[in-house]
Amino acid sequence: MDPIAKSLKQRSLSAKIETRGRLLTQFCTLLIILLVLAIFGFIATKGIAIFVQDHGSLVDFFTKTTWAPDQTNIHHRPIIGALPMIVGSFAVTLLAVVLATPFSLAAAIFMTEISPKRGNKILQPVIELLVGIPSVVYGFIGLAVIVPAVQKLFGGSGFGILAGTLVLLVMILPTITSMAVDALKAVPRHYREASLALGATRWQTIYKVVLRAAAPGLMTAIIFGMSRAFGEALAVQMVIGNAALMPSSLASPATTLTSVLTMNMGNTVMGTSANNALWTLALLLLIMSLLFNIVIKYLAKRGEL
Amino acid sequence: MKRFPKLFLLGVVLLTVTGCSQTKQQTVTAVGSSALQPLVEAAGEQFSKQNSQAYINVQGGGSGTGLSQVQQQAVQIGNSDVFAEQKKGIQASNMVDHRVCVVAVVPIVNKKVGVDNLTLQQLQAIFMGKIDNWQAVGGPNLAITLVNRAQGSGTRTIFEQQVMQGRPSKKSSEQDSSGMVRQIVKNTPGAISYVAWPYLTKETPALKINGVKLSVASVTNNTWPIWSYEHMYTTKNANNETKQLIDYILSDNFQKHEVRQMHYIPIKQMHYQQDATGKTTRIKVRD
Repeated sequence: MDPIAKSLKQRSLSAKIETRGRLLTQFCTLLIILLVLAIFGFIATKGIAIFVQDHGSLVDFFTKTTWAPDQTNIHHRPIIGALPMIVGSFAVTLLAVVLATPFSLAAAIFMTEISPKRGNKILQPVIELLVGIPSVVYGFIGLAVIVPAVQKLFGGSGFGILAGTLVLLVMILPTITSMAVDALKAVPRHYREASLALGATRWQTIYKVVLRAAAPGLMTAIIFGMSRAFGEALAVQMVIGNAALMPSSLASPATTLTSVLTMNMGNTVMGTSANNALWTLALLLLIMSLLFNIVIKYLAKRGEL
Repeated sequence: MKRFPKLFLLGVVLLTVTGCSQTKQQTVTAVGSSALQPLVEAAGEQFSKQNSQAYINVQGGGSGTGLSQVQQQAVQIGNSDVFAEQKKGIQASNMVDHRVCVVAVVPIVNKKVGVDNLTLQQLQAIFMGKIDNWQAVGGPNLAITLVNRAQGSGTRTIFEQQVMQGRPSKKSSEQDSSGMVRQIVKNTPGAISYVAWPYLTKETPALKINGVKLSVASVTNNTWPIWSYEHMYTTKNANNETKQLIDYILSDNFQKHEVRQMHYIPIKQMHYQQDATGKTTRIKVRD
């Protein structure tokens, strides 16, 4: 055959490379999907073992306040009242987010609307620095500074939800701020221009136009901060006191799902009810983070401008 | 883009040179009890110096981890503060128990408490929550803050067996390491907790129990009531290096020096023995 016709009928080199590249990326994507499914399957089977294998009660898990999974009650069911840690987890998370949001929004507005130049030069590096600090350092500062301060102001041991909230506040502040900055930057320039042209002041423009337009993005930032706060283990564990008690005040020792999980994993034996109960906590954490992700996806969809 | 193949090649060369050089080195991994960890680390270091064929890898993780890892044969040695029989889910009959030394557990308090002696009954009442002010035991008018170790931790198991004797302890703050316990007791007015002797420092005063001060002599003749063996569990078919390491720790020289220096009690000096139920009986000292 004519060499030119042959070369034209053959698949070109770049087409081959493209096919190969596509196969490779598809394979990697598949691998990641399988990995996620495997993790879900593993934690789910381990997490329901306490109910299926050890006959624990699902109602007890969410309503009772005594946590002693290696012992059984009079009905020969393991004692798995997880309410104190569920309440503890939600309390520190919500309080931290409520306290962090105004500061984060203010910083983000300053960086994008009021003084973008100084914001980018000073605030941006500071926020990036805060993100990079390992959580054990936050925990240690909490232990050395915040706990004694809470102790002086409110009495008691100083360990508790308040100390946990303050540590988390500092940890999620940069997360929410940087995502809020992105959301505000995504508001098209002509929105602002139109508002100003109509005679609105800068503050009116920020409040009535920019913040409204960016609302879904800002909500995403807040939920993202929540999911980070909910999953944080080490720093909170160091300052919350780890007492499986229903929190009675902000300055009394409490506990969270993550701190019970990390503290006790090493002291239990695989396959026992004490170990299975911890996997149930892990499953609950996984489900919560999944929920947070779904909410974020939903908000992001609504927020497309 | 031209640089990448070269970098890749360099990486491959480095991996080959460092990772794949074949030696006859035997690795012995010991996992578990953080109370015993410093001693095994010291022993491992000295043992590797004498025996260049052996590489001793020591990790913490808690007594439960040690026992379950050795049961699964994932590691050669499982360090534990408690008898394997005491831990649910462990088949004690499949393992060999090497008792290498004794560790005493000592109650510690915050400096401002000012109490230096408690009876065993008072200690029990405090941890049950029946006594919640230092006034009741001759101290200042100060609320007692309990700090416990995590459920199932070795040190807590020893304390519960010898002090609480089956009675439930009050729900309180729990910590997962002796270092954290010490730090919290140091900083919190009215705090009381307990640590293994090797973790005792001057920052947190140690209490006498029934008027007895913690010392090697008071532990060996059982007047100090809170003590337990440090176990190194192995599987039945342990390899040579593992056996040699345990023999090294049990050797007279090591027991006389390192064990004493690090505030453990040499196993041979004990005048009493303890079984898995916590019962103590008098024995004859072998030497």
